[in-house]
Amino acid sequence: MQYSAKVMDHFANPRNVGELPDASGVGEVGNPACGDIMKMSIKVKDNVIVDVKFKTFGCGAAIATSSISTEMLKGKTLDEALGITNKAVAEALDGLPPAKMHCSVLAEEAIEAAIDDYLKKTTGKGLEKKKQHAHDDHHEH
Amino acid sequence: MDNASGTPLHPKVTEAIIPLLKEGFGNPSNLHHFGRMTSDAIQTARGQVAGLINAKPNEIIFTSGGTEANNFALKGILPAHKKKGNHIVTSQIEHFSVLNPLKSLEKSGYEVTYLPVDKYGMINPDDVKKAIKPTTTMVSIMYANNEIGTVEPVKEIGSLTREKNIIFHTDAVAAVGNIPVDVKENNIDALSLSANQFGGPAGVGALYVREGVRIRPFMEGGVQEGGRRAGTENIMGIVGLGKASELAQSEMSQRVNKMQSLRDRLKDGILKNISHVYVNGHPTNRLPGNLSLCIEFIEGESILLFLDMQGIAISSGSACTSRSLKASHVITATGVDAALAQGTILFSLGINNSENDINYVLEKLPPIIDRLRQMSPLYSQKK
Repeated sequence: MQYSAKVMDHFANPRNVGELPDASGVGEVGNPACGDIMKMSIKVKDNVIVDVKFKTFGCGAAIATSSISTEMLKGKTLDEALGITNKAVAEALDGLPPAKMHCSVLAEEAIEAAIDDYLKKTTGKGLEKKKQHAHDDHHEH
Repeated sequence: MDNASGTPLHPKVTEAIIPLLKEGFGNPSNLHHFGRMTSDAIQTARGQVAGLINAKPNEIIFTSGGTEANNFALKGILPAHKKKGNHIVTSQIEHFSVLNPLKSLEKSGYEVTYLPVDKYGMINPDDVKKAIKPTTTMVSIMYANNEIGTVEPVKEIGSLTREKNIIFHTDAVAAVGNIPVDVKENNIDALSLSANQFGGPAGVGALYVREGVRIRPFMEGGVQEGGRRAGTENIMGIVGLGKASELAQSEMSQRVNKMQSLRDRLKDGILKNISHVYVNGHPTNRLPGNLSLCIEFIEGESILLFLDMQGIAISSGSACTSRSLKASHVITATGVDAALAQGTILFSLGINNSENDINYVLEKLPPIIDRLRQMSPLYSQKK
């Protein structure tokens, strides 16, 4: 199993690590027993994600997918952000080993969870319909 | 510091193999002088391996490594004793080259008892005793665990099985060449070993089978290895294994002392400088070069990758490269919490490691742990 140079770059020099003290929404997904937890904090202004930070417990791929997701999120409208798929995250990293694809699913879920939290706080109502995620077959809980 | 994955070739082993690259082409089964030369070399190696574990040369069967030796022991010895019974006693912390053959034997009508271990990864000989039934034909318990280093009570198990006339197989891949192993003293009937755990080449190992214990060929074909393992011998590998065995036997106590003192310095240094670190395995009854740790709030692979960038090679104990992402079955069997088990790393020192290597790790590791913890949501929650 080998990681791409891009994965290694984002792992070794992760972008936007941390938490936002004035976050508009925070999403935390994953499970420590499965080896990864992602916590994504977003700052939303006029329907646009203006800042984003992450904290991740996990392997190299989990850290790299978190890092690249924060880059992909900045400047996006909420709708655009919800359109980011796990495949897009993996492609942005020049691919992930098959056993690590679930990390990109986790990133997609973290984005969604953060937006859901923001919507709940502002409108009192979260995302209407959550996306169906195909990561369960990768996990044996 | 990942010698459990495979040690570098000892320079004297390399020296022993080099002439064979040019002249070692003779088929040992041939009567002409080319054949005699390689056949003599194999016999010498057989004696060297036998010497290392206090066996007789004819009790050594060369294999392609530890995995084949384990498969051969189970799938070769059990069917030869099927009349006596179909029950096997083993442990939950065996290597997959024992567990997976046992799984397939279960499908073909064998019954297997998987014994638990205590928090140190130690098997209780009383549990072995209790698990034995009239149909028990074999007890297969590893000599020392490859992940957490715990050395099992083989002597007690051996006297128990001998008394009850049950075959005792031990996967001694992690032990042989690293600690003294004596098959007679411990009443061992079958033992698996691998050359690349103690300075020999990868792809060669041996199965010791005590004289008088029946075994069916697993690899069928010609009459090599006394008709027990067919196929033209891996001459260079076997000679390398032989030389590595001879060296291990003569240097055993020096090696054990050196690795133990380096390991203890590494352990003490890490425990002193990093908080929330737990040592896996038995505190004293363990392989001399093994240091398995659980580092809380972070995951093993990310530690491995950062250490690799500093030129330090280790293993991450969590089986996180596997599809299931489950933590190691060994660490889990010792009762470690599933989340903590994700932070497992394994240092397995070898004879080439030095005091400087230890100092270097002690300098590089703490900032890596700190950096990963700063990134971990679990660490900030804890605070």
